[in-house]
Amino acid sequence: MTLTLRSGSKTYPDGTVALTPTDLHVKPGEIISLLGPPGCGKTTLLRLVAGLERPDKGSEIWFGEDNVTHLPVEKRKVGMVFQSYALFPNMSVRRNIGYGLKMQKLPVEEIDRRVAEVLALCQLEPYADRSVTALSGGQRQRVALARAFAPRPRILLLDEPLSALDAALRDRLRDELAGLLRTFGITAIFVTHDQDEAMAIADRVVVMSHGRIVQTGTPEELYRNPNSPFVASFVGQAMEIDGRIEGNRLVTPAGETLCLPRSGIGSTVFVRAEDVRITDDGPLSARVESVTFLGTHYRVGLAGIASRTIFALYAGKSAPAVASTVRITIDPATLMLLSAKDEMK
Amino acid sequence: MRISMARTLQIVVTILTCAFLLVPTLQSVLAGVTVNYFRGLSSGLTFQWISQVWDLYMDSIFLSIWLAITCLVCTLLIGVPAAYGLARRPGWASRVLEEFVSLPLAVPGLALALALLQLYGSMRGFRTSWTFILAGHVLYTLPFMIRSVLAVLSSMDLKTLEEGAASLGASPWQRFRDVVIPNAMPGILAGSLTVVTLSIGEFNLTWMLHTPYLKTLPVGLADSYASMRLEIASAYTLVFFIIIVPLLMAMQWASQRAQRIGK
Repeated sequence: MTLTLRSGSKTYPDGTVALTPTDLHVKPGEIISLLGPPGCGKTTLLRLVAGLERPDKGSEIWFGEDNVTHLPVEKRKVGMVFQSYALFPNMSVRRNIGYGLKMQKLPVEEIDRRVAEVLALCQLEPYADRSVTALSGGQRQRVALARAFAPRPRILLLDEPLSALDAALRDRLRDELAGLLRTFGITAIFVTHDQDEAMAIADRVVVMSHGRIVQTGTPEELYRNPNSPFVASFVGQAMEIDGRIEGNRLVTPAGETLCLPRSGIGSTVFVRAEDVRITDDGPLSARVESVTFLGTHYRVGLAGIASRTIFALYAGKSAPAVASTVRITIDPATLMLLSAKDEMK
Repeated sequence: MRISMARTLQIVVTILTCAFLLVPTLQSVLAGVTVNYFRGLSSGLTFQWISQVWDLYMDSIFLSIWLAITCLVCTLLIGVPAAYGLARRPGWASRVLEEFVSLPLAVPGLALALALLQLYGSMRGFRTSWTFILAGHVLYTLPFMIRSVLAVLSSMDLKTLEEGAASLGASPWQRFRDVVIPNAMPGILAGSLTVVTLSIGEFNLTWMLHTPYLKTLPVGLADSYASMRLEIASAYTLVFFIIIVPLLMAMQWASQRAQRIGK
């Protein structure tokens, strides 16, 4: 099903604008991730699509050919996975998953058959008759997904489905969730504040900030061609190198010169940690502030390049000593020149 | 092992407290089954007083049970939806309303009864019917039901649970029936037992509202103490115990269960 949101906006009764008029188009079978810091309006956007919030006048929400703007949530045929899962504690796993089918008034045999199908798909058979209160966090998350998916909704909406889990489990379930969503082949919107989650699961990532969409694109596009300082630093943690820009050169606060790929007048220069290289003959010099061992590489904090610490990923066998001075090379092609005014238009 | 001084003291105090509570109770119970209380147990044991109580006050017993049941039905019908409404809309208005509903707890039963009499006393049909006492009982027990259900409802994420049910296609009524009521059950059960126990044992208010033809169990008890021989009054107490003690135990059990769920 295609989802189309036309100038969807939401203002709360107290005057807070949670979402400024926003357009969004989701193709059938596409998995979209809404990514942004807390309070950026991503959950509001999801709840508008679900029908759990009433949009402002002038907003339109289309599910394919149906205008569902004024339909209540129970008539929209959406599947929703909540951050807290919202499983019914008074029902077993099986009855939780079957609830949506029961609401559709399907015959009992049909319900049993489809619940069994979904139980198998989500590998929940051993827990089918347990109470949901007796499940682990990861199992609950799967039950929530199975329950949302069982009635064959037109669109699956997931509100930070992994944030209630601890870090180790989250990484494993992220891949599992991505796999299940692909198996389902269903249109899905996935809200998260974690860029790794968004990148791993989504076909297309929608980055949001202050109640508006800042940039939309595949994970690769967002990473390689961010359109604003916000996206650059939020996706892939790009760091700003401040200083004075003179044509296609940047003079760092320490007075050293860095070549730019093009004229940088009016822009801010960003670099990612993997593009800051520690070499013997680099044109820049920096003092090592911190060294963190991360297994495959070291994360080295460098002072003296920009006003703030610039981090470099260093893959050598042994890291430079803290407080020593190192030479740095940054390939001009890897620098991102972004103009700050894009962000606040 | 030597028993320490503090421990001995604890045991003595416990035994004394138990004795203080139990001895009069046992005496009263014994009096109810003794042929002649003034001659003591040597006069023999009998059930004749109990059967006499039954003959004299059977109506009171049935009236009390009937009142307790109808009172329970009323508080369920009013209290559960009210608690649900209060839980769904937390805020200062709900708090004020909750306090207002709880007022009958703070106001003495006598004052409540006087207010009812002033307001409805002139409505003859209502004044002389059992529903007049019922109105008093409902007023008095409703806050217990509301608070008990509200406590359980407030302890869970009701809004998200309902949104979950709604996203699966459940209408507001289906959500109330399938999600709210079953999950509020421990609170409803605890509240119900409290209401029944209170209604059966209520004296202050009922004594003011009753008519000679409508005596509840506790009003009958007062009457029997005032106008019958001691053995009958004691037998009456025994009957009262037999009805109220299992209810009290069930209430204890239910409220413990509700608290466990609330955690």
